[in-house]
Amino acid sequence: MEIIKYILGRIGRSIISLFLVLVIVFLLMRLLPVETYYGDRTDRLSETTKQAILKDLGLLDPIPVQFWNYLKGLARFDLGKSLTYYAGKPVWSIMAPKIGYSLRFGAASLVISFVLGISLGILMVRTKEKLPDRLGNGFIIFVDAVPSMVYYLAIQFIGTKLMSIGMLYKENNFTTWILPVLSLSLGSIASYAMWTRRYMMDQVNADYVKLARAKGLTDKQIMVKHVLRNAFTPMAQNLPSSIIFTISGSLYIESLYSIPGTGGLLINAIQAQDNTLVQMLVMFYAVLSVAGMLLGDLAMMVCDPRITFTKKGGAR
Amino acid sequence: MSKVMTKMNKMSDEELFKFIEFDSSRAESTAYSGYSYWKSTFKVFMSRRSTRLTLYFLILLLLFTLLQPYFPGQKSPTEIFINPETGRQLRSHPPGAEFWFGTNTIGQDLWARIWSGTRTTLLIAIVSVTSSTVIGIVIGALWGYVRALDRVFTEIYNVINNIPTTVLRMLITYVLRPSIGTLIFAMCLTNWVGMAKWIRNLIIIIRDREYNLASRCLGTPTRRVIVKNLLPQIVSVVMLDVALSIPGVIGSEVFLTYIGLGLPVETPSLGNLIDEGRRVMMNLSQTYQLVFPAVVVALITIAFYSLGNKFADASDPRNHV
Repeated sequence: MEIIKYILGRIGRSIISLFLVLVIVFLLMRLLPVETYYGDRTDRLSETTKQAILKDLGLLDPIPVQFWNYLKGLARFDLGKSLTYYAGKPVWSIMAPKIGYSLRFGAASLVISFVLGISLGILMVRTKEKLPDRLGNGFIIFVDAVPSMVYYLAIQFIGTKLMSIGMLYKENNFTTWILPVLSLSLGSIASYAMWTRRYMMDQVNADYVKLARAKGLTDKQIMVKHVLRNAFTPMAQNLPSSIIFTISGSLYIESLYSIPGTGGLLINAIQAQDNTLVQMLVMFYAVLSVAGMLLGDLAMMVCDPRITFTKKGGAR
Repeated sequence: MSKVMTKMNKMSDEELFKFIEFDSSRAESTAYSGYSYWKSTFKVFMSRRSTRLTLYFLILLLLFTLLQPYFPGQKSPTEIFINPETGRQLRSHPPGAEFWFGTNTIGQDLWARIWSGTRTTLLIAIVSVTSSTVIGIVIGALWGYVRALDRVFTEIYNVINNIPTTVLRMLITYVLRPSIGTLIFAMCLTNWVGMAKWIRNLIIIIRDREYNLASRCLGTPTRRVIVKNLLPQIVSVVMLDVALSIPGVIGSEVFLTYIGLGLPVETPSLGNLIDEGRRVMMNLSQTYQLVFPAVVVALITIAFYSLGNKFADASDPRNHV
């Protein structure tokens, strides 16, 4: 019962968050100067045409009415029409075909970074304070500290100029996948490696590991059955978010390599000042993030036997 | 060590051990250690050579960034230089004796622009991180210390935490006019939340620990409890958060500039310089226009990041002794 109550409460909170984002996004978009809605012919339009455009978009109604119409549209999955970037096209139909591309890149890099990151972490634990560990630490600091743009550009430059791999993405040419997937993975490789290393270092001296060893379990059994199970719990919380966010694509990488995915779309929409498209994409990201966090919390609940939902006596 | 040992071995038991008379006043005395938190922190922090070198490097870099315009022979970051032979702009002049880092595509001195850009970006980073840290500490302290507020703040946090920061920053900078103030505002609005959460967790953990209870029972004044017992525990977390936030804000500035929401081109910033360099990087003779600002960004962010980590380690009282 407690579990169901918790899940319902958690879902309720997600819905409140989403609604709040909805209101914030809506209000912020109304703050934009109206000129941005006229498209690129601003100076040639007469005053009456301008008014007609605004009226057509429903921007002359009072704010609460506009908000109500916006909500009604959302309920019918009518997300509005693109203004400038793909003038007149419904926003959803611009978006839908792009998801597949982002998904494929995201999934590839997710698998790669999971495998490489955890292996690197284990390698670093085995060679503690020796060369591979130091190199690994240097790598983690570099990736964490330096703005990702800097090393994305370095990878693009080295890959295309010095190793002459084709720069722009082509669907049938597999080598054009290498650079974007590599760039996409670096950040997560570093964070998985750091996490694995830190966790395993802590756990090696934990009491339950000593007990297991005293009972005569082999190192492998201890690792797989005890340490990894424990290490997996916090990762379980992030995994759904990482999976879901593969849909959203990478804002940087997709536009750097001209991948026709969803990430590049937001940048194009911002550059074209396409307000409805921006609004819709921002909402889309918010939905993904809220859903990811919700699933993450639920996944952690399933994975971690220590989490209970009954309040213990005296707990604040 | 060995000299002392051999000397001690030669001494007889009577020489080594002497009886002391019982002194009732000394039996009652409690020791007050000369432990000073900041002195120990500083000592631990400075004990590693690599840390010292990074620290000196960062101080020199910051000083140079501030003072660079007052050095002799520096050029203006916005002046467009003209080639005296052709009378046209000195476009993409390679690095040399006159222009140390070369000129950019419209003939401005890259060396001067990089330092001017570093000043702008560091201003954004330091102002926004400082103010969001202050907000975070105040809210976090209230959240952790006032029990009645805990539930309310936690619910608010859960709602806010669901909104992706990058998206929120993008939205704010999209709606507002691009300027230094806008960027600071956008960073500040999203940064304090994590800080507040950290502080709250720490305060809840520390508040009712036995040593605080003991201090209170012994009649230690509240001011001393805060300064000697609570603050040292929080300093390490605050420093870590500040140190990780500064590279984060710099990265955010680079990112926002890339998607076209950064500062106007007239104001040099590290984001602008990297973006300008990116446009010409595939042209091998102009790649230096990306490499120089990128290296500066990397050096600054790594220095802040690693120093912050080291300082967080050093300021944790458990690592003193």
